[in-house]
Amino acid sequence: MNRQAVIAGAIALVFGGAAQAADEITVMSWGGAYTKSQVEAYHKPWMAETGNVVNSVDSDNPATPIKAQVEAGNVSIDVADVEYSDAIRLCDEGLLEEIDTSMLPAAPDGTPAEEDFIDGALTDCAVANIVWSTVYAYDTTKFEGNAPTTIADFFDLEGFPGKRGLRKSAKANLEMALMADGVAPDEVYDMLESEEGVERALAKLDTIKSEVVWWEAGAQPPQLLADGEVAMSTAYNGRIFNAAIGEGQPFEIVWDGQILDFDLFVVPKGAPNAEAAMDFIAFATDTQRLADQASWISYGPARKSSGELVGLFNDGKTEMAPHMPTAEANLAGALVNNFEFWADRDTEISERFNAWLNI
Amino acid sequence: MSTTAPPAPLLPSNAVDSTGPITAADGTPLQTALSRATRKARIRAFLLVAPLLAFVVLTFVAPIGQMLWRSVSNDSFSANMPALTAWFAENEALGSDGGPEGDGIPGEDAFEALATDLKGARENRTAGIVGTRVNYDLSGTRSLFTKSARQARKLEAPFKAALLDVDEDWGDAELWSVMRSASRTYTGDFYLAALDMQRNVDGEIEAVPENRRIYVPLFVRTLWLSALIAGLCLLLAFPVAHLLARLPLRYSNILMIFVLLPFWTSLLVRTTSWMVMLQSQGVVNDLMVAVGIVGDDGRIQMMYNQAGTIIAMTHILLPFMILPLYSVMKTIPHDYVRAARSLGATPSTAFWRIYFPQTVPGIGAGVLLVFILAVGYYITPALVGGSSGQLISNLIAFHMQKSLNWSLAAALAALLLAGVMLLYWLYDRLIGIDNMKFG
Repeated sequence: MNRQAVIAGAIALVFGGAAQAADEITVMSWGGAYTKSQVEAYHKPWMAETGNVVNSVDSDNPATPIKAQVEAGNVSIDVADVEYSDAIRLCDEGLLEEIDTSMLPAAPDGTPAEEDFIDGALTDCAVANIVWSTVYAYDTTKFEGNAPTTIADFFDLEGFPGKRGLRKSAKANLEMALMADGVAPDEVYDMLESEEGVERALAKLDTIKSEVVWWEAGAQPPQLLADGEVAMSTAYNGRIFNAAIGEGQPFEIVWDGQILDFDLFVVPKGAPNAEAAMDFIAFATDTQRLADQASWISYGPARKSSGELVGLFNDGKTEMAPHMPTAEANLAGALVNNFEFWADRDTEISERFNAWLNI
Repeated sequence: MSTTAPPAPLLPSNAVDSTGPITAADGTPLQTALSRATRKARIRAFLLVAPLLAFVVLTFVAPIGQMLWRSVSNDSFSANMPALTAWFAENEALGSDGGPEGDGIPGEDAFEALATDLKGARENRTAGIVGTRVNYDLSGTRSLFTKSARQARKLEAPFKAALLDVDEDWGDAELWSVMRSASRTYTGDFYLAALDMQRNVDGEIEAVPENRRIYVPLFVRTLWLSALIAGLCLLLAFPVAHLLARLPLRYSNILMIFVLLPFWTSLLVRTTSWMVMLQSQGVVNDLMVAVGIVGDDGRIQMMYNQAGTIIAMTHILLPFMILPLYSVMKTIPHDYVRAARSLGATPSTAFWRIYFPQTVPGIGAGVLLVFILAVGYYITPALVGGSSGQLISNLIAFHMQKSLNWSLAAALAALLLAGVMLLYWLYDRLIGIDNMKFG
């Protein structure tokens, strides 16, 4: 082997990625059990079928890096998994590629994708993959014989003493506080439109403020509960499911006052591999893939046709259906997140919430 | 016969000619030659530092300058609403009783410009950018822009009636006042917001309602906690540094390792270690419960509050106090204190009058270093500070990462920078920067 061949070989090794025919895309999600469910249900089958490569990266909120990357003209994410209000906002600001929904595959029975997805699951720039919810969960060992059952119990420090975990943001906390204060779910957002409504919610939060441990990443609440650092905490329902069923932790979800939301796939403007990204989204949101995802974590699929395909958890014995936020029994007292309200009011309410929280 | 030989000329004869300019060996004036020689040296010196200079400018000055520039320059309105911006520039402010109907609402021509811009915004997908900008100052207006832009194609004259039909909020005097100030690319409004102030309908500056004031109290808290942490560091570091300086080298070297080891350990590792130690189910609380100092239900909350921030930051910044103190104390001869004692000074007099004044340069350096580092601290308060232990940098991060209001983040950062520089200047005036010794 002469020297030139060695050098050429070294160069090929260094720049090998570029020379490959297969596409490589970067998918950003929320980490922990949720990312794992996507890797198992979407990434691996897609890689096996197309020969492309998926880099999975995580963030506390994948919407955050998108603006920075697009504005800096240095986009490294091809697909991001974001919340509804962020999908709307980023789309309105021209930071996302538009997604042609006609490329999405039809349901197995031939129903076109536009009709197969739940209402609101398709927007100009985003395709929903799951329905998730913010719930609260408690450590059953701390409330033996007297378990909390309603959202009001979360705010009842006398009846149910112990530290509380809450997400460090206005979103979900204000709605839950109002529902705990006796406001009916369908009146919550009307009430929050007014300043008195926000103040009323904050006053309710004031009653537990001294006992609150604030969390930011979705993986934290199960950790805080497991450490015994809090007795109950709000959390994304799938995280609690995975800790309780998957890892056998003594956690129980209270569905009363749950707040339903979508997670959606978006493609940032100027994504390095937009074409493969679109192909990935079409693949990942087909009927079977969405149903598969639900066997890894208890988030509901965004397609109606996936519902009947949802079976057992990957432990082979737990029926997933009753753990879904969309299960009939869990929907009593549920609130659907009003994305437009938050896209509009987030600035003002976050400012007020920050002032309340920090001062 | 001896004749005194004329002294050999030391310099070319013209050099001693006192009337002409002094010249070098090759005949050029000495001044020119000298400046040529030093210029060469200067260029060489400059070339040697040029890589560093370019590096600093490219990676530090330029990005920071560009970021701070955003605090006074935001063109998201003017770039995307050109017609209305031009209308604002041509027409004077209306005030709350201006406009054709005396209600602070402009007439048809302004609405026509607005409709034109909304149509453009619809095509270019920029309605959200404009809405977000206006929403900073007047909440709830973001969807007004996106909704109206969606329906812009259908708008026909008379535009005022048509737009009011789309949404009656277009007839809000405050909205027009806010749009006017947003239409200025260069604005001080973000600094107003960063100082908990705003403009009212008539464009006058006023304080925001009490329950929305956050940045000024947080600035105050940041400065106060930083001062407290610097003070605690000084109290803890002084005896340690003294001990290190006085012990024989073989012992002090070992002790120095204990100071430097945490200094070399990752910040995140140290912060999370404190979380393990101090949380309510953590090592310290478990120990206190086991010994019986507190009951199991009386565990002390030392984490996720101000106490957590103070404890963790004091520990993390301690080496920055010990090292300058140590380097100064090392140079103070012990004979001075001994001499004072032999001349009859009490231990405390000898310490305060002889030893302490000589350590002041080290104290100055340490306090300034710790204080300035603490003022900009972000990750530790974010992790262990809960809500009462947050500093201003956490709010800057919030606006950088969550609300995406970069102009406000830049304004807050600029104020923080200005505050630190002011303190530095004060320090220089009071103590003198030349007196500082980093070691």
